Amino acid sequence: MSNPIISLNHIDVTFYQKKRTIEAVKDVSIAINRGDVYGIVGYSGAGKSTLVRVINLLQEPTHGSVVVNDETFFQSDKKANKKTRITTNDLRNRRRKIGMIFQHFNLLNERTVTENVAFALKHSDLNAEQKKAKVAELLALVNLSDRAEQYPSQLSGGQKQRVSIARALANDPEILISDEATSALDPKTTNQILSLLKKLNEELGLTIVLITHEMQAVKEIANKVAVMQDGEIIERGSLLEIFAKPTQQLTKEFIETATNIDKAIATISAQPLVKNLHENELFIRLSYVGDTTDEPLIASLFRDFQVTANILYGNVEILQNTPVGSLLVILSGTDDQIKAAISTLADHHVEIEILKGGK
Amino acid sequence: MTQWFSDTFPNVVYQGWTGDTGWWTSIVQTLYMTFWSAIFGGLLGLIFGIGLIITAPNGIAPNKWTFWIFDKVVSIFRAVPFIILLAFIAPFTKLVVGTQIGTTAALVPLALGVFPFYARQIQVALSEVDSGIVEAAQAVGASFWDIVFGVYLREGRSEIARVSTVTLISLIGLTAMAGAIGAGGLGNMAIAYGYNRFATDTTLVATLLVLIFVLVVQLIGDYLAKKLSHK
Ligand SMILES: Nc1ncnc2c1ncn2[C@@H]1O[C@H](COP(=O)(O)OP(=O)(O)O)[C@@H](O)[C@H]1O
Ligand SMILES: [Mg+2]
Repeated sequence: MSNPIISLNHIDVTFYQKKRTIEAVKDVSIAINRGDVYGIVGYSGAGKSTLVRVINLLQEPTHGSVVVNDETFFQSDKKANKKTRITTNDLRNRRRKIGMIFQHFNLLNERTVTENVAFALKHSDLNAEQKKAKVAELLALVNLSDRAEQYPSQLSGGQKQRVSIARALANDPEILISDEATSALDPKTTNQILSLLKKLNEELGLTIVLITHEMQAVKEIANKVAVMQDGEIIERGSLLEIFAKPTQQLTKEFIETATNIDKAIATISAQPLVKNLHENELFIRLSYVGDTTDEPLIASLFRDFQVTANILYGNVEILQNTPVGSLLVILSGTDDQIKAAISTLADHHVEIEILKGGK
Repeated sequence: MTQWFSDTFPNVVYQGWTGDTGWWTSIVQTLYMTFWSAIFGGLLGLIFGIGLIITAPNGIAPNKWTFWIFDKVVSIFRAVPFIILLAFIAPFTKLVVGTQIGTTAALVPLALGVFPFYARQIQVALSEVDSGIVEAAQAVGASFWDIVFGVYLREGRSEIARVSTVTLISLIGLTAMAGAIGAGGLGNMAIAYGYNRFATDTTLVATLLVLIFVLVVQLIGDYLAKKLSHK
């Protein structure tokens, strides 16, 4: 693989207001490779939108450098207090190669679906005939050919977002920035949009930057994840790494919202079985990634250590073709037996969290 | 019928149809003043209104000084009562149209009187265009003029139709005062030949005609505002 297609280096974005200054993005560096679906997760106000708007310079950073496709869009030299940026004209041309979709679709209300897509083609080199064909092709791609002459107000949320995807793809971009594109949609429509994005990523090799506050969306399609809080990236890695071994509290929170495990723990903890845990019992949570599940590990606990494992809840996610699982289990046996069982589990890279001890 | 009319409205009939003080003449004068000052004042107001939107701190071409100038010019012109403006800019009027009195001379103060009002109306209308739509346009590489014409004016067109209607109606009101510099028109008819001469019937008919104008403008404006909106 060559250089990253997007590389943001030491980006600061500070808003100076009358009474206060807001450091929306603080020294963030991020490298996104060609073909990545890079999820950026964080609560509202974390600075996600501000950060991605820096990519196409809708937001000029206060400091840092922005390099897209090996071309430096913006660079600031702190010491010399000098900023260099590409020309307005070049920027407009480059922006056409960076599609962007938004939470509220941001379609032109006074233009039909066709006109909305054609608007993005205004400055393309295609002739009128070719533009027409291109718009038709894009609408077919997002499955909206039959809505071509309607206005946005006549469409559902999912349809509007598909129009905006068609518009974003009009100039055959290599990058698509999705800023909370599914946050205003119902779960079913969200899945349709996410699978469309996944398809675009796989079939066109589109690099996608996926901003969201829903871990669920990231889990569906991203291969890399960064977690943002207060203008900083607090944790990042491959989707599997993040899901399997989150280190930050916030990351854990996000993952739990995506797996519902927190709800399961609450419900199961209220069960008599757990409430009245015996002395020689331990209520634990096991988390594992990949092959571990292929082995009848749980069964081996009894065979090897005479520890019985009562599985109360199980959840397996397939992330990027790899199973990632969580089990809520009650282990019973003597102290020594349990100790041995736990150390075996740990040897098999199973994460163990003791939720309640019987002692 | 004709007999009844000339008995009931003797002064109306006395004014005649054509001639310097005729009804037709007054109607044409009002239409002429409204039309041309709407064109010139409208254009000026549109330029200032758009200027205020795009040079504002959150506009597409923020510029403190330009914004300040647009803003102050509009505020100052808005603050001057029309009847004073009429007298105050007489020398300027003479410079532009060669005379200080008459229907054409009235166009200058009318245009200058209506433009700041219209500029503010346009500013409000365009500020309702969602900034997200502007941003989406920028993201697809739209140029400055694409955004002015293709986004602001296009997206704001229904609101623009609405505020233009309001402005046109208030402009018809202003033309009534233009009589003060000999511009004629229906307002002048109502005051000079109606009210001042105790010719109530003349005042009544002139007022009625103005009302009809206003009503027609309102109806067309409402129709356009509705027709142009797909929100
Ligand atoms: N144009 C702006 N002017 C001032 N403050 C802003 C501006 N844009 C964003 N902010 C502030 O920056 C912070 C990050 O905002 P944003 O990037 O929109 O977060 P997110 O997309 O993660 O919800 C917030 O505190 C927000 O109020
Ligand atoms: Mg945001």
